[in-house]
Amino acid sequence: MKMTGARALIKSLEMEQVEVIFGLPGGCILPAYDPILDSPIRHILVRHEQGAGHMAEGYAHVTGRPGVAMVTSGPAATNLVTPLCDAYMDSVPMVAITGQVGRAVIGTDGFQECDTVGITRSVTKHNELIMDPNEIPLLVRQAFHLATTGRPGPVLLDVPKDVLQVEMEWSWPTDDEVAASLPGYRPNMKGHPRMIKEAARMIGEARRPVIYAGGGILKARAAESLRELAERMGIPVVTTLMARGAFPDDHELCLGMPGMHGNYTAITAMQESDLLITLGARFDDRVTGRVDSFAPNAKVIHVDIDPAELGKIRQPDVPIVGDCNQVITEIVKALGAAGIGAADLSEWRSRISGWQERFPLHYDPHVEGDALKPQHVMEVLRDSAPEGTILASGVGQHQMWASQFWHFNEPYTWVNSGGLGTMGFSVPAAIGAKVGRPDRTVWAVDGDGCFQMTAQELVTASSERIPIKVAILNNAYLGMVRQWQEMFYEERYSEVYLSPDLPDYVKWAEAMGCAAFRVEDPSDVQAVIDKANSIDDRPVVIDFRTDAREKVFPMVPAGAANDDVVVHPSQKPTDKKVVQ
Amino acid sequence: MAGSPTHQTLSVLVENKAGVLARISGLFARRGFNIISLAVAPSDDERFSRVNLVIDVEETSVEQITKQLFKLVNVVKITELHPADSVERELLMMTVSATPDDRRGIIELVGVFDGKIVDVGATVLSVMVAGDPDRLDDFEDLMRPYGIIEIQRTGRVALPKARKAS
Ligand SMILES: Cc1ncc(C[n+]2csc(CCOP(=O)(O)OP(=O)(O)O)c2C)c(N)n1
Ligand SMILES: [Mg+2]
Repeated sequence: MKMTGARALIKSLEMEQVEVIFGLPGGCILPAYDPILDSPIRHILVRHEQGAGHMAEGYAHVTGRPGVAMVTSGPAATNLVTPLCDAYMDSVPMVAITGQVGRAVIGTDGFQECDTVGITRSVTKHNELIMDPNEIPLLVRQAFHLATTGRPGPVLLDVPKDVLQVEMEWSWPTDDEVAASLPGYRPNMKGHPRMIKEAARMIGEARRPVIYAGGGILKARAAESLRELAERMGIPVVTTLMARGAFPDDHELCLGMPGMHGNYTAITAMQESDLLITLGARFDDRVTGRVDSFAPNAKVIHVDIDPAELGKIRQPDVPIVGDCNQVITEIVKALGAAGIGAADLSEWRSRISGWQERFPLHYDPHVEGDALKPQHVMEVLRDSAPEGTILASGVGQHQMWASQFWHFNEPYTWVNSGGLGTMGFSVPAAIGAKVGRPDRTVWAVDGDGCFQMTAQELVTASSERIPIKVAILNNAYLGMVRQWQEMFYEERYSEVYLSPDLPDYVKWAEAMGCAAFRVEDPSDVQAVIDKANSIDDRPVVIDFRTDAREKVFPMVPAGAANDDVVVHPSQKPTDKKVVQ
Repeated sequence: MAGSPTHQTLSVLVENKAGVLARISGLFARRGFNIISLAVAPSDDERFSRVNLVIDVEETSVEQITKQLFKLVNVVKITELHPADSVERELLMMTVSATPDDRRGIIELVGVFDGKIVDVGATVLSVMVAGDPDRLDDFEDLMRPYGIIEIQRTGRVALPKARKAS
C-alpha cells in the first residue's frame, strides 16, 4: 500500500496504540499535522514545546505507557531539550518526534535548521534522523521498543519535511524484524541464579538490613513483589524521591524518604545498616551525601536493569543485572527454597522506632499574624485529597515538603522531576498525568518561582478541559536557594526575592481560564482546599501566601556526610550518639 | 612493560550507521573518559564496523567505560584486549631531514625497525614503520636528533594473540 510519509508516521503511532500526542505544529512538521485531522489520536496543543515534553512525561509517569511529543524543527526542537534531559535522568519512557528541514537542505543552515540529533544525543536513550520514508514504520517501532524496554528513557525521531511529503510503501514490521534491526540491544531481564542465591543467603544473615528502593521498582512494576520481600523478612524499606509510593507510607516497615531532605530515621537506618538491599536505585549524591562515609558498614546487594549502574558509585558485594520485578520474585523464591525465614530483627527494629519517636518530621506551629506554614498547607491538602489523588510537584522547598508530608500509599501517584530538578515541571506534568488518568484528582504543588516558568500551560489545560489543581506555595522567594544563602552564605540574600504579588497569581490564573483563590489566613486553608476539590470543570489555582523563613529540615548539607544530618533546631540532640 | 598496564584496547563492533562515531566520542567526552587512540575500519561484514579504542585505565575504570559503551544501541560487541594478551600495531610515517652524512644512519635504523623508505628528496627522507606502539616510540626517539620535519601516527589496531584466540 502506498501512502505519504506523514500518513505512515501517524499510522505507525496508531499501530503503537498512542492515544494522545502533546505538540505544536510549524513549518517542517506541517505535513504530519494534516493526517492528524483524520486520526483517532487526540492531539493536545501546548503553548510552549517544553510543556509538551513535560506533559508526555507526566502521562508516562502515571500510566507506564510512553508519552508522545511532536514539535517542529529548530527552536521547537531545542525547546524540547529540557524535558528530554529530564526524562533521560528519571528513566521516563517517551517518544519525541521533531520536524527537520528537507533532506537536500540539511547541512546548509536552512531556515529553522538545527542539528537536533546532535544536540539531543546525550539526553536521549537513542535518536535517529529518518532519511528513508520506507523506514518510518520500522524506526517508529524501534523507538517505542527502546523507550519502554530495558531501562526506559526518551527516544527522538527527527523527520525531514520531504520525507513526510513523499510516497512510501507501507509495511508494518514484525517483532522479529524489530529485534533483528537492533543487533546490539538485548536488555538482560533475568538475574544470574548464583547471584540470586547469594543475595538470599546474605539477606538471611543480615541483622540490620534496609531495603533501598528506587524508581526502578516503579518502572519494573515491582511494588507488589517488593512488598512480599519486605513483609516476608520483616525488613524496613526506604523509598527514594523517585520511589515515593512504591512502598506504602502507612506500612509499619516504611521508613520514608532518605537523602538530603529525607527524614532522620531513613537516613540513619541506611548509615547504620549492615546490608543495603538496593533495588532499582542508583546511589545518587542526593541520597548518599559524601560517598566515602555513606553506609560504611553495609554490604550491598544491587539490582538494576542497567549494568552500568552496578559499581558506578558504590561497589556492590552482590551485583545483579535484571528486571527488578523478576529478580525480587526470584530472590523470594530462593529464600523459600533455602528455608530462610525472617531473622530476629527486634533489636534493629527497636533502634529504628527509637529514632522515629525522637525525630519525627517537625515544624514550628503557626504564630498569629505570621504567613501560612507551608507544611501545614501540605498537611491539609493531603488530608482533604480524594482517594487516589495524584500529586505532581515543581522543584524547590515545596517539592521536599510535598514528598515529606504527603502519604504515598499507592504507586504511580507521585509525579516529580528528581534527577534533573527541573523548575517548571509541575504544571505541564500534572496536565499530562490528568490526561493519562482522567478518573483521578491531580494536584500540582508548585513554587512561585517554578509556576512562573511554565504557567502558560494552564491555557492549554483550560482550552482542552483538563481540570488540574495547582497549589502555589508562594513564599515570594526562590526559597530553596534562599535557604542555602541563609545557612551557608551568612544570610547574604542574592537575587532570590520574587515578590508575593507581582504577578498577581489570582488574576493571572483567571486570565488563563482557571478558577483562582488566594489564602492568607490559616483558618481559610481548609475551606478553600475543599472548594478547589469540588471544582471539576476547569483548572483551579490557589495562591497560598506562605512564610518565607521556613526551611526544609532535616538537611544533609551538600558534600557533608549523612552522619552530619541537620535536624530541626528544636530537635537538636545534645549528644546524638546517645540515641545510637 | 613493568607493573600494571596504563592502557587497554577495546575492540568495539558497531553497526555501520551514520553518527555512530559521534555517539562514541560524545559518550567519552561527557563521562570524562580519556581516549589515547582511535582507529575505525570496516569489518568483514558490511553491516558492521570495527572501532579500536585505546583507553587510559589509570583515569577511569575499564568496566564503567565498557558498560557505558554497551548502552549505546548501535554497539554490538565489545572485546577487551589486555596488552599482555594481544598484538598491537600502529603505523608511523615521518619526514626527516637527511644530509648526505646522515642518510646512511637513517636508512640503517629504518632497516632495524623493519621499515621502508617511501620517498627520497635532496635533503629529506620519508619513511614508514609499522609496529608495536612502544617500538615506534623508540624509533621516534632515535630519529629526533636527525631533525623530524613531519610525523603522523595512526590509531592503534589490535588482535588477541593467536594462542588466546584459538
Ligand atoms: C530550571 C531551573 N533553574 C534553576 C534551578 C535552581 N533552583 C532550584 S530550587 C530553586 C528555587 C525554586 O523556587 P520556587 O519555585 O519559588 O520554590 P521554593 O523553593 O520557594 O519552594 C531554584 C532557582 C532549577 N532547579 N531549575
Ligand atoms: Mg518560592
